[in-house]
Amino acid sequence: MPTLVSHPDEVKILSRRFGMGAANIEKYIELDGYKAVQQAITEGPEWIINTMKASGLRGRGGAGFPTGMKWSFVPKVSEKPKYVLVNGDESEPGTCKDHVIFREDPHAVIEGTMIAGLAIGSKLGFIYLRGEYRYLLKIMEKAVADAYAKGYLGKNIFGTGVDFDIITQTGAGAYEVGEESALMESLEGKRGVPRIKPPFPAVVGLYGGPTVINNAETIANAPHILLMGGEAYAKLGTERNGGTRLFGISGHVERPGVYELPMGYSLRKAIYDVAGGIKGGKKLKAVVPGGASCPVLTADEIDVGLDFDQMGKAGTMLGSGGIVVLDETVSIVEFALRTIAFYQHESCGWCIPCREGTDWIKKTLTRVHAGGGSKKDIDNVQYLAENMMGRTFCPLGDAAAMPTLGFVKKFRKEFEDYIEGNKAGIPIITVEQLVGAGH
Amino acid sequence: MSTVANTIFSPELAARFDKLVTIYPLKRSALVPMLLYAQDEIGYVSDEVVREIAQRIDILELDVRNVLSYYSMLRTKPAGKYNVQVCTNISCMLRGGYEILDHCKHKLGIGHKEVTKDGVFSLEEVECIGACCWAPAMQVNYDFHDDLTPEKVDVVFQMYRDGQGKDEK
Repeated sequence: MPTLVSHPDEVKILSRRFGMGAANIEKYIELDGYKAVQQAITEGPEWIINTMKASGLRGRGGAGFPTGMKWSFVPKVSEKPKYVLVNGDESEPGTCKDHVIFREDPHAVIEGTMIAGLAIGSKLGFIYLRGEYRYLLKIMEKAVADAYAKGYLGKNIFGTGVDFDIITQTGAGAYEVGEESALMESLEGKRGVPRIKPPFPAVVGLYGGPTVINNAETIANAPHILLMGGEAYAKLGTERNGGTRLFGISGHVERPGVYELPMGYSLRKAIYDVAGGIKGGKKLKAVVPGGASCPVLTADEIDVGLDFDQMGKAGTMLGSGGIVVLDETVSIVEFALRTIAFYQHESCGWCIPCREGTDWIKKTLTRVHAGGGSKKDIDNVQYLAENMMGRTFCPLGDAAAMPTLGFVKKFRKEFEDYIEGNKAGIPIITVEQLVGAGH
Repeated sequence: MSTVANTIFSPELAARFDKLVTIYPLKRSALVPMLLYAQDEIGYVSDEVVREIAQRIDILELDVRNVLSYYSMLRTKPAGKYNVQVCTNISCMLRGGYEILDHCKHKLGIGHKEVTKDGVFSLEEVECIGACCWAPAMQVNYDFHDDLTPEKVDVVFQMYRDGQGKDEK
């Protein structure tokens, strides 16, 4: 079970109800719950979208698209019903923030879904959780049932004449389904393969209707933003990066955990102050800053602010906010191999560059790892990764290629030394563990 | 009464399925959850499960199998009563995930996707389960166990052997 953590530098907006029993609807109401949605009904869609735009909130799933703008793209008039789809298929390695939201504040997800529905003129929302999160699905199901019992969901919610329904849905194990179009396929009872875009979901989405898809953290922010005002929320962060976000700091730190920090907060301070520094007083070697798909930063590249733009300038991404910290004992060759093994396992096989590229990078790195590599292998890995970039329907191909390129470019010397028999780091994975493994 | 005559599921699950196919704009949206819930009850997705779910959703068995083969949690062979799923993805790997996996292999005497002779446990190496900040972590069926050490794993196994483990479904 997740252990809740705390640090004085945290700014608790989204997490302010964590640890307070807010899964109980009465407690949630006592803590200002379901006020924002009632205000949203009174003020109307334009006010909601303007407030969200003013907040500078950007998608917390990883892509960082401005939420208010996404909602405004949905056509006002549509022959087909419109839908809200909450992406809780949290599967990016290093990411466990939605896990905490579902457990600690499920009603914020429900209220956010309703607000998104009101903004776009939808009457039905789906909250999709990854299959492994069964205990969290049960928490969400109970929260939804409690909201129905109060008359907050269903017909004539809060006695205002507005109707809104929510269906909770479970996945069954598939990283790829976290991609928005694959998520819609899965929800339609199909294999989770991506759709060709355009058309974008805002125009042709779930069941062919206009659909807003947001990450669970993005959605859970909506009620807080409406309550505090868009400008006030924006001010907490940096320019074009409004507010705060949940950062899951894991790996070799003293105090791993999910912390809510203002956007733009120093990565160095996040590691050394908030998470207590490197475990056992060891030296920092590298950081994967936003989930496994983000290019690695070396130890001397961590003086950077944690927002979408600053991380982009630093040649990496803010991604899902999952900060994975590697100490000096880690072999980058092993870490790169374990990373690509994951993407190879999860590639849905739809696009050839991704299906074949991940497989060949994994095979090549496996040979390097086993001691049979040549320097040409490093070039081949880079060549394969470069040729996957931008050549697939969905971002999984990029998600596999980007970290691979980061590892071989920034740690090329370590790969070369490894091939020559000078292996850095303490090995974790044996050849036996790789053969016949689960990935 | 189930809408399907001679259902292979318990009355509770059959009733749940009767309802599940009615709540979505499209019946087929019930497919993935149904497969998982059926597996929870039967132990795996058997030919009979495929047949009945195809009938309930009114699609071809082939369509069901097509979806079934995509999702990693769905299996077509029985697992142990308690399916131990150890994460070795990056955050867990850094904090001893492989050590935990090896310990489980040794302790249970089985490898990846194998079942103990008594059928009590099965073991799987899995990808990220969303417990990165509490690594290393594993799931026994749907129940999370985190901040693991080999000693803690032993306690967890004994708990399940003694019938004291949570079996969340």
